[in-house]
Amino acid sequence: MRRLITQVGEWFDRRLQLAAPIRDVSEHPVPRSTASWWYVFGSAALVVFILQLVTGILLALVYVPSASEAWSSLQALNHDVTLGWFIRALHGWGSNFMVAIVLIHMVQVFLFGAYKFPRELTWIVGVFLLLMTLGMAFTGQVLRFDQDAYWGLGLGASIASRVPILGAGIVKMMLGGPIIAGATLSRFFALHVFVIPGMLIGFVCLHLLMVLKLGINEWPMPGRLVKRATYASEYHELTKKDGAPFVPYAVWKDLFFAAFILLAVAVCAAYFGPFGPTGQPDPTIIQAVPKPDYFFLWLYALLSLLPPSMETPALLIGPVIAIGALVLLPFLSGEGEKSWRRRPIAVLTVLLIAVTLGTLTHLAGFTPWSPHMNAWSGDPVPEKVLRGTTALQRQGALVFQAKQCRNCHSIAESGGQRGPALDSVAVRLTPDQLIRQVIQGGGNMPAYGNNLSPAETTALVSFLETLYPAGQSPARDAALDEAQKKSVSAQ
Amino acid sequence: MSNENTLSRRGLFMKMGILFNGVVATALAVPVVRFLLSSITRGRANAYLSWVSVGSVNEFPEGETRLATFRNPYETPTDGKTVDTACWVRRVAGDQFQVFAVNCAHLGCPVRWFPQSGLFMCPCHGGAYYRDGSRASGPPERGLFEYPYKVENGLVTIQAGELPTPGSPTATLFGKKPPCAA
Repeated sequence: MRRLITQVGEWFDRRLQLAAPIRDVSEHPVPRSTASWWYVFGSAALVVFILQLVTGILLALVYVPSASEAWSSLQALNHDVTLGWFIRALHGWGSNFMVAIVLIHMVQVFLFGAYKFPRELTWIVGVFLLLMTLGMAFTGQVLRFDQDAYWGLGLGASIASRVPILGAGIVKMMLGGPIIAGATLSRFFALHVFVIPGMLIGFVCLHLLMVLKLGINEWPMPGRLVKRATYASEYHELTKKDGAPFVPYAVWKDLFFAAFILLAVAVCAAYFGPFGPTGQPDPTIIQAVPKPDYFFLWLYALLSLLPPSMETPALLIGPVIAIGALVLLPFLSGEGEKSWRRRPIAVLTVLLIAVTLGTLTHLAGFTPWSPHMNAWSGDPVPEKVLRGTTALQRQGALVFQAKQCRNCHSIAESGGQRGPALDSVAVRLTPDQLIRQVIQGGGNMPAYGNNLSPAETTALVSFLETLYPAGQSPARDAALDEAQKKSVSAQ
Repeated sequence: MSNENTLSRRGLFMKMGILFNGVVATALAVPVVRFLLSSITRGRANAYLSWVSVGSVNEFPEGETRLATFRNPYETPTDGKTVDTACWVRRVAGDQFQVFAVNCAHLGCPVRWFPQSGLFMCPCHGGAYYRDGSRASGPPERGLFEYPYKVENGLVTIQAGELPTPGSPTATLFGKKPPCAA
């Protein structure tokens, strides 16, 4: 039996002649220091990418890329096709893991100085791999053709339309027509299934080829500087003196981590299930609260928090600067110190970006900038703020509720967070200031002057005057007090 | 035999072969590019826009704002429900209307009308608009997009057909008088 296998193997190798190059590649010496758990993220990203290819092909067996049928074909996958939900969940969770692992890989490569000479092009190809991974994530969300996908496309179109002069053309190019419809889904299907994966495969091969040709980045030692003139011979020396064959010396950690990641994706998929689809992509259902997928939440938050006048420049110039900086990085610091221990600015940059993205993502989780669309009908005015109030003040509480003030303002921690909480508004504003604020708005509050009768305004403000914490007194106009005192004493 | 300055027979053929391929590729590129750009070129001179009815005048009580739906005038066989479009119709008085796109002028999320507070509110980033569509607060830089409208034979018709975005005709057409409304 063994002999037969050997013979078959030899028959193929005579024709393919691949055994020797494969052996060379797998046994090429790597610096011993690189057989580290820090060096497993690149291979893990590749393994998750393969998982995405396989599950993607499986989904394509059932999925129908047509605006009229995509949503129901996803329902069929979720509910009718045996284990269709699990394959969808694997693909969805695989995408989350892939974005995360690619980002971690990138941070590791950055902190270990691996982008420096002679691996500049490996880094640049890696930047494009990141962009393609994000492109896959966005186009994938569109293929889950539900409400979020529909309005997410609208959001993309609105951003694209802000490009000067070419905007309207770019939108039609992106949508495949004048509106988000059948042609839009078809072209995003082509992008997600043919164009971007094809480029990804090509770029991954290029990336790997360069890792093999140039050797894996050695563990950075503080004080060991990269110099263009001497690096190649130093690296060669290192692998000769302190090297070990990649297989099996280093590969076992990659294997373990890859299996662990696949297991983690499978456990998440089995436990949490697939993503969506949410409601049907019917633009007449306007009770939609669209939200992007996890990795774009930070952008969603940023778009709410930027000053309006900054938005268009930030949207159009920001990406150019960010991508430009990433591409130029190896040219700006292609030599010198590799170790993160001696690159405090690099470490701080990573931390700053991580904290910024983390904070924005966290904020997008509860969207304090959005009105709570049903707070006025869902949350009653808490009883305790009504205790001991006069008829006029209670009428004001009714106005407060009916005019949807609760959508943006909370009392007793229920209601929207768009505007300030009003539990102590009477301490901050005098009655006259309250009237002005309600009628004229300002500070990001709409003016209600056209929508409130004088009686309603009086009632509302008399209710707001009762909102101050125990032990504090409401704000009062000192000048007015003086004037009143004078008029009393004059009488 | 051949030195650097003379061209060999085979070298000439190779160059002619490259040239021939170049000519064919250029010829083929013309239909390919025209195909790729067709979604833009078809819509030149607002060709995607048509007048479409959103309902009879009587469906819209004076002084109120109601949601109306219409089928996008430009459609293809696989569009499904995506061609059904919503808009907010405000009947100011008599034959005087305002027809707003549901798409927020910020990033296109669907705004909802709250008659009690007289505001359109956007669920995405907190944009708010007054009843006449003008900006009230939040990130939008302008008021709601307004469709040109006319009232004919008791029907309210609007000029629609493109997704309202800051760059679409809907963003700029209103204000130019529709040709039939005297």
